Amino acid sequence: MLDIREVLETNEMIEKENLDVRTITLGISLLDCIDSDLDKLNENIYNKITTLAENLVSTGKDIEKEFGIPIVNKRISVTPIALIGAAACKTPDDFVTIAKTLDDAAKKVGINFIGGYSALVSKGMTKADENLIRSIPKALSVTDMVCSSVNLGSTKTGLDMDAIRLMGEMVHEAAYLTKENDSIGCAKLVVFCNAPDDNPFMAGAFHGVTEADAIINVGVSGPGVVKKALETIHGEDFEVLCETIKKTAFKITRVGQLVAKEASERLGIPFGIIDLSLAPTPAVGDSIADIFEEMGLERAGAPGTTAALAMLNDQVKKGGVMASSYVGGLSGAFIPVSEDQGMIRAVNDGALTIEKLEAMTCVCSVGLDMIAIPGDTPATTISGIIADEMAIGMVNQKTTAVRIIPVIGKDVGDTVEFGGLLGYAPVMKVNSFGCADFINRKGRIPAPIHSFKN
Amino acid sequence: MKKTIITVVGKDSVGIIAKVCTYLAENQVNILDISQTITGGYFNMMMITDISGSSKKFDELSDELDGIGEEIGVVIKLQREEIFVKMHRI
Repeated sequence: MLDIREVLETNEMIEKENLDVRTITLGISLLDCIDSDLDKLNENIYNKITTLAENLVSTGKDIEKEFGIPIVNKRISVTPIALIGAAACKTPDDFVTIAKTLDDAAKKVGINFIGGYSALVSKGMTKADENLIRSIPKALSVTDMVCSSVNLGSTKTGLDMDAIRLMGEMVHEAAYLTKENDSIGCAKLVVFCNAPDDNPFMAGAFHGVTEADAIINVGVSGPGVVKKALETIHGEDFEVLCETIKKTAFKITRVGQLVAKEASERLGIPFGIIDLSLAPTPAVGDSIADIFEEMGLERAGAPGTTAALAMLNDQVKKGGVMASSYVGGLSGAFIPVSEDQGMIRAVNDGALTIEKLEAMTCVCSVGLDMIAIPGDTPATTISGIIADEMAIGMVNQKTTAVRIIPVIGKDVGDTVEFGGLLGYAPVMKVNSFGCADFINRKGRIPAPIHSFKN
Repeated sequence: MKKTIITVVGKDSVGIIAKVCTYLAENQVNILDISQTITGGYFNMMMITDISGSSKKFDELSDELDGIGEEIGVVIKLQREEIFVKMHRI
């Protein structure tokens, strides 16, 4: 029989420590929508999404009510649109019509985001891939809910430097086209190395071609719960620290597993994976950086931060894996700057730089996330930042990502307001030495050797 | 059986349990277990209940209990048992 303390502990996590299920993401394959006629293609896409996802939001709300756990977002991910639109789209503007269709379908079913306006170009771009990539800035500026991602490299294929160069320009253009709103277009655009097929988190969610027709993936949250648990063992040794994180991660993930199974049953769609990520929000107390401070670092970014993050990430996985029957997606601690009060404080206090963030991404998911930089940063420098991050993923056989926002008209010292879950961010300094001659070389960086590890 | 957990949290006062139990009796909700503690002047009560005999839906029961809570100045929540069992039992 349940104990009153257990019941109160769970409710305290929900009410005071921001425990929530971050997202139920319905992955939908659009492969059977493909048609060489653009109008027909758009019609097929709209119909499939609005039919399959008709009850997604209401089911999510029912589960929220019955279990008393907030489910912050209901989302959809679709097959990368570069593949779906390849037969029908001859120009970037043709692709933009699909973005609008996705946006309309998202609004019709009432979800928060739709991801999959994507291209997978880790080794090379088809004409359709390139057209889609060139359409991204416009697509993001004329839609509200569409998220876009591009996979630019992998451990097996190396890095597509032509695509990396192009994406530097596209990030800049997306910033320019949404400059009236603090370049928010870039907050909906992420580039990857080793992108997972089943990630439920935005902006990088897409439904990989290896997936079933439709699938339910769930992302959990809960940095506030971990921080609170660590407060109770203040000053204890690493063994106690690790055990506490593991146990807490187990509890958080079990809630995600319950919600995922329940949603899957009610919607009649198979359960895919739980993403074990610790995802912060701008809410006070829901911060990864606060966990570091509780561990004993004065600020996130202080020496020791990478070690603390490596440990945190590993313990979350160890606890979470046992709590869920299938784990996938990104699974690790997120370190977005704008979505985490403690990270913002660390930047403002001068403790955290882009270079330190880059080092931290070597040991966690996902990458340089929600970082505002000066609007006059050259596109080649953005490509350089992307290439560095992709190289970390390629060599270390892990997913890495870049979601960076060159805020047009703003400079170091300014603050940018994105609103909602995206939060606000101080504009961070970027190394001003150029890399144009390196980025402007054509071709690819070959796949790394998988032996002689050092 | 449809096991649910009712929690009542708030400032202690006379008649909280009576009020909640009367409502449950009127709506054929069976109480399987009750426990309570008072910490820092705050009243915490948990009931394990079975709502399968009630003619009202989960939603209605939940909203009406919410209303009673507001009336007597406490927070009453109705939740399905699984969230607690999954979290605290392997």
